[in-house]
Amino acid sequence: MFWNKEIECMDEEKLRELQLKKLKEVVKRVYERVPFYKKKFDEKGIKPEDIKTLDDIKYLPFTSKMDMREAYPFGLFAEPLSEIVEVHTSSGTTGKPVVAGYTRKDIELWAELIARSLTMIGVTKDDIIQIAYGYGLFTGGLGFHYGAQKIGATVVPASAGNTRRQIELMKDFGTTVIACTPSYALYLAEYAKEEMGIDPSALKLKKGSFGAEMWTEEMRKEIEKRFGIEAYNVYGLTEIIGPGVAHECPAKNGLHIWEDHFLVEIIDPETGETLPEGQEGELVITSLSREGMPMIRFRTRDITTLHREKCDCGRTLARIERIKGRSDDMIKVRGVMIFPYQIEQAILEVQGVEPHYQIVLTRPHYLDEIEVQVEMSKEVFSDDVKTIENLRKKLEKRVEEAVGVRVKVTLVEPKSIPRSEGKAKRIIDKRNLK
Amino acid sequence: MHKVEIISIFVENKPGKLEKITKILADSQINILGFSITSVKDFGVIKIFVDKTQEAYQLFKEKGFAVAITPAIGIEIVDKPGGLHEVVKFISSKGVNIENALVYVPESRKKAFFIFEVDNFEESLGALKNNGYNLLTKDYIK
Ligand SMILES: [Zn+2]
Repeated sequence: MFWNKEIECMDEEKLRELQLKKLKEVVKRVYERVPFYKKKFDEKGIKPEDIKTLDDIKYLPFTSKMDMREAYPFGLFAEPLSEIVEVHTSSGTTGKPVVAGYTRKDIELWAELIARSLTMIGVTKDDIIQIAYGYGLFTGGLGFHYGAQKIGATVVPASAGNTRRQIELMKDFGTTVIACTPSYALYLAEYAKEEMGIDPSALKLKKGSFGAEMWTEEMRKEIEKRFGIEAYNVYGLTEIIGPGVAHECPAKNGLHIWEDHFLVEIIDPETGETLPEGQEGELVITSLSREGMPMIRFRTRDITTLHREKCDCGRTLARIERIKGRSDDMIKVRGVMIFPYQIEQAILEVQGVEPHYQIVLTRPHYLDEIEVQVEMSKEVFSDDVKTIENLRKKLEKRVEEAVGVRVKVTLVEPKSIPRSEGKAKRIIDKRNLK
Repeated sequence: MHKVEIISIFVENKPGKLEKITKILADSQINILGFSITSVKDFGVIKIFVDKTQEAYQLFKEKGFAVAITPAIGIEIVDKPGGLHEVVKFISSKGVNIENALVYVPESRKKAFFIFEVDNFEESLGALKNNGYNLLTKDYIK
């Protein structure tokens, strides 16, 4: 099903024309209205009129999360506050939050994006959609709210938390669609079964739109199995607009980006150079239609691959793969991008228990060596050296398969890897690259 | 009962590792009666035979070691040339496969036991019992 078939199946050439026209406009607008951008453009010696083709976007400066913090709170707004009807924030791990400002037209745009996304997975005005994303400063709740209402579906604005009530609502109202984070979906299923004796697959739920955190295909299968539903991936970020920048179609083979509103590039996170199509790298987004806070070449830090082949669903718009990691976590070993989570996943598969591990990078003979130290856990300990050695070899093989480069796995004693508050320090880089 | 127990501990091959383990036992007045070390490149398993098995096991567990208790059989070695050879020959003649082994000497030059792990404990014990060989029981563990 299509919400806006004309756009969603647009001829590629026409789409590029539209994008170029909008790009020229937005570059001119921010140059004239946002001192932050004017300064950055001037520093690079680039003027809005220099943008003649879509390709010329590479001459424009990037915008980073750091820039946004410096511009706190309203420094990146392209409209006076009198035109801004809503603000949202995204809490960073450190320092000030990122603030996003929306004009009335921006809110309409947002609703359109979510309407397209939900219609794409078959949501109609006859559906009852329970929105279990947080309502408030977080974009998840209200973004879905506007879009679902635009479709005419019955919105249950449950917001996040209060799990027992969520399940009661789902059961009593006959909720057919759920929108929440994938980890919360799994928790809901578990809670229903364990705490309330309700079989989640017996609920009327048919499908769900899940996002706002990284998740895996395995999690998708688990959610689909437990609820007996179709689970789809949604992508978005506060800096750009919130959820709805991209969404999966029923082919479940990548997330369609609403390219009439967003111009996307994939870059090498280390050099900033644009990568050829089909290559994995950091997603960079320019918002073409935003009024309140247009973004020029925003570095999302999200790692993905862009595909332009025609999709089974008939849409011509490009797709991004499921977000694979954050470029901040990425390590490059012998030119291959590696993410700690790939390693974690591989160890988990072999051991069946949450691993404590550490990645040590060295360069002994002008060639990167990667060592993964895995703590011997009580669960997998054997009193036999041979058995342990076999486990080690199995870990090595599985991790190698996952990351695609030669890896050395070392088993270390329990609790020998330092634990830190919150995020564990997973990578120790001894290569002295710079 | 002819079952004795051995404690296995996972250790990295690093200086001072064995010392850490012996200190824990010494501090708790647990006596090491016999031990062995098997290792590959980076890690190994230390096997210890002690007087207070459960106590030692709990202690290592609390201290966060990867530790296990394995059943074993002890068989007396006669103190004469070829004594060990005779015992090993007897064990293999019964079709019992020795997995890991250590030696326990309760009385110097008088009594010694060859202690070993097997893949199938009950079956192996049955094969070795009542053959004129002295098997180790808890009474000898002091
Ligand atoms: Zn599609």
